[in-house]
Amino acid sequence: MGDQDKLLNEVTQREYQYGFVSDIETETISKGLNEDVIRLISSKKKEPKFMLDYRLKAYRYWQKMDMPKWAHLNIPEIDFQDIIYYAAPKSTPKYESLDEVDPELLATFDKLGIPLQEQKQLTGVAVDAVIDSVSVKTTFKETLSEKGIIFCSFSEAVQEHPDLIQKYLGKAVPYTDNYFAALNSAVFSDGSFCYIPKGVRCPMELSTYFRINASNTGQFERTLIVAEDDSYVSYLEGCTAPQRDENQLHAAIVEIIVEKGAEVKYSTVQNWYPGDKNGVGGIYNFVTKRGICKGDRSKLLWNQVETGSAITWKYPSCILIGDDTVAEFNSVALTNNYQQADTGTKMIHIGKNSKSTIVSKGISAGKSSNAYRGLVKVGKNASNSRNFSQCDSLLLGNQCGAHTFPYVEVANNTAIVEHEATTSKIGEDQIFYCNQRGISTEDAIGMIVNGYAKEVINKLPMEFAVEAQRLLEISLEGSVG
Amino acid sequence: MLKIKDLRASVEGKQILNGLNLEVKPGEVHAIMGPNGAGKSTLANVLSGNDKYDIIGGSVDFGGNDLLDLSPENRSREGLFLSFQYPVEIPGVSMVNFLKTAVNEHRKYRNLPPLKAGDFLKMMREKKELVHIDSTLTNRSVNEGFSGGEKKKNEIFQMAMLQPKLSILDETDSGLDIDALRIVANGVNALKSKDNATIVVTHYQRLLDYIVPDYVHILYKGRIVKTAGKELALELEEKGYDWIKEEMGE
Repeated sequence: MGDQDKLLNEVTQREYQYGFVSDIETETISKGLNEDVIRLISSKKKEPKFMLDYRLKAYRYWQKMDMPKWAHLNIPEIDFQDIIYYAAPKSTPKYESLDEVDPELLATFDKLGIPLQEQKQLTGVAVDAVIDSVSVKTTFKETLSEKGIIFCSFSEAVQEHPDLIQKYLGKAVPYTDNYFAALNSAVFSDGSFCYIPKGVRCPMELSTYFRINASNTGQFERTLIVAEDDSYVSYLEGCTAPQRDENQLHAAIVEIIVEKGAEVKYSTVQNWYPGDKNGVGGIYNFVTKRGICKGDRSKLLWNQVETGSAITWKYPSCILIGDDTVAEFNSVALTNNYQQADTGTKMIHIGKNSKSTIVSKGISAGKSSNAYRGLVKVGKNASNSRNFSQCDSLLLGNQCGAHTFPYVEVANNTAIVEHEATTSKIGEDQIFYCNQRGISTEDAIGMIVNGYAKEVINKLPMEFAVEAQRLLEISLEGSVG
Repeated sequence: MLKIKDLRASVEGKQILNGLNLEVKPGEVHAIMGPNGAGKSTLANVLSGNDKYDIIGGSVDFGGNDLLDLSPENRSREGLFLSFQYPVEIPGVSMVNFLKTAVNEHRKYRNLPPLKAGDFLKMMREKKELVHIDSTLTNRSVNEGFSGGEKKKNEIFQMAMLQPKLSILDETDSGLDIDALRIVANGVNALKSKDNATIVVTHYQRLLDYIVPDYVHILYKGRIVKTAGKELALELEEKGYDWIKEEMGE
């Protein structure tokens, strides 16, 4: 083994930084899933009847479904009866003031770099912190409500804004959509709700931070964002989990409704625990994210940096219903060791002059597998619609895999659809060139990877971009050449 | 500054250097010439720490350090610079970012704080002027889409930025037209001082018209077989390498 390989191996063994477990008293229900469990979750959350009915319909539908097999993933059998479907930090479910918060819990978020004290907020980001199954704290609620913006936990929204929930729940992702969407619809526990009224430009970034803490539990959260006519919001989502030998299931749903002339920017830095270097443990991240550009001239941007999870199955998508709508999907997905990712997007063009752009940058290292899967569909009425897709893969070492599965269906002959793809490799000669200029192998790989991903990272809000760059650097393991 | 003793090295199991000795003092320019396969590039790569090459024996002292014991990046930080025969393209990484990282790593090694952005850009401007490099080159990704001549000029520009004690120019003249050759040579000469030294590895005498060596060494079969002043280069140009082979009794 050359010195360079040795160094690379050392980099490989760098530990996942967020792998700690917090000692928080947790209330969990017993393992397993049946209608009684669903009723229990619903009653714990004191939900109105329409919610319970929705959950039960979803559950009954899910029972008739099979686990999807089409992804380029090797998913071990999941025993859905061996999972705890509800876990919450004990004591009060929602804190009025930070003084009431379990100090251990505060320390947890401090460690994660998520400030819950508003006075410590320098960057002007409002945070909804979700730990295991419940939201523990939402910051800046009052400031936002002055503008009529609703930003709260999903459970709270069900209590306080049932009309809005009933109107929009399942509109972008119906429970019949897929296996994990059905499961989520049956058992989801919490998440964030965000409503931007007509003509309002949200004055700060809204952000939800998800943390799995309890063991043997699944996390099933739900995010719903509604942007009324001519409004604007930028939304951030981050996530981490402790380091454990078991695999934990995370099956979330994100729904976004964008009305006439409104714009929503949704950025994710996904950093669930990816498993150790031998592929033991890690989160199964099976997520359904979809937005509807409902009104004319509405705009939806998905930006994601994916470095975590043992298995990622995720396709943030847009349905461009209105005329002159715009959608973007910008993604960097990094896999290392034994991580597997099958991720991409769907752009469904229905309105006239609708435009979509896809930029996907895959980075594969170690023995990982990284697939881009995308669908561009142009309906027969979507005259003059356009799509441009660019899918690049970067390989580190020769034991990883990169795959691209682009699907294109065009039913209107005035549409223009373009697809570009490249595959490249970080070479030993590039590393040596950097070394010779005084740059260490670690820094060289970080620099090359960040250069490669720059186009996407630049689309992230500032503080997230810095975080994402650092993540790419520390997530890099695997051999070169 | 540099003392190479009985250096033996191989690449892919084949021994290329067979007991090479060389001493370089500050202020000196050494030319190393020799036919194809003599070990010229191997010497440049071994000195800069390319791990494709295996050291079999011998020692190299560089300013009091055991050079062979240092990582490639620390050799660079100690002041050893290699102008690559084939500079490598790094797409997506801007020259500015690349050089800023490199310069600041060098500074960190000497316990100096990183340069402020303004100071760094000023330094870049000055060095660009010194080596007459087109200012647009530094706005691009490292060597990406550069012509052969641009790549070599860029090597000399990097040399100017890093201010090495010892520069090894590995066939910097290959692929250069006469104008580019002159620019590169002028750059090297402008950077010359009584404290630094240069090893010029080349096939041809023509570069030595511009970069005048104090010593010319002939490398043959992994060993230095002849050392003389600059006139040796002219003699080689005239007689070719067969003359050496004959002298070696082959």
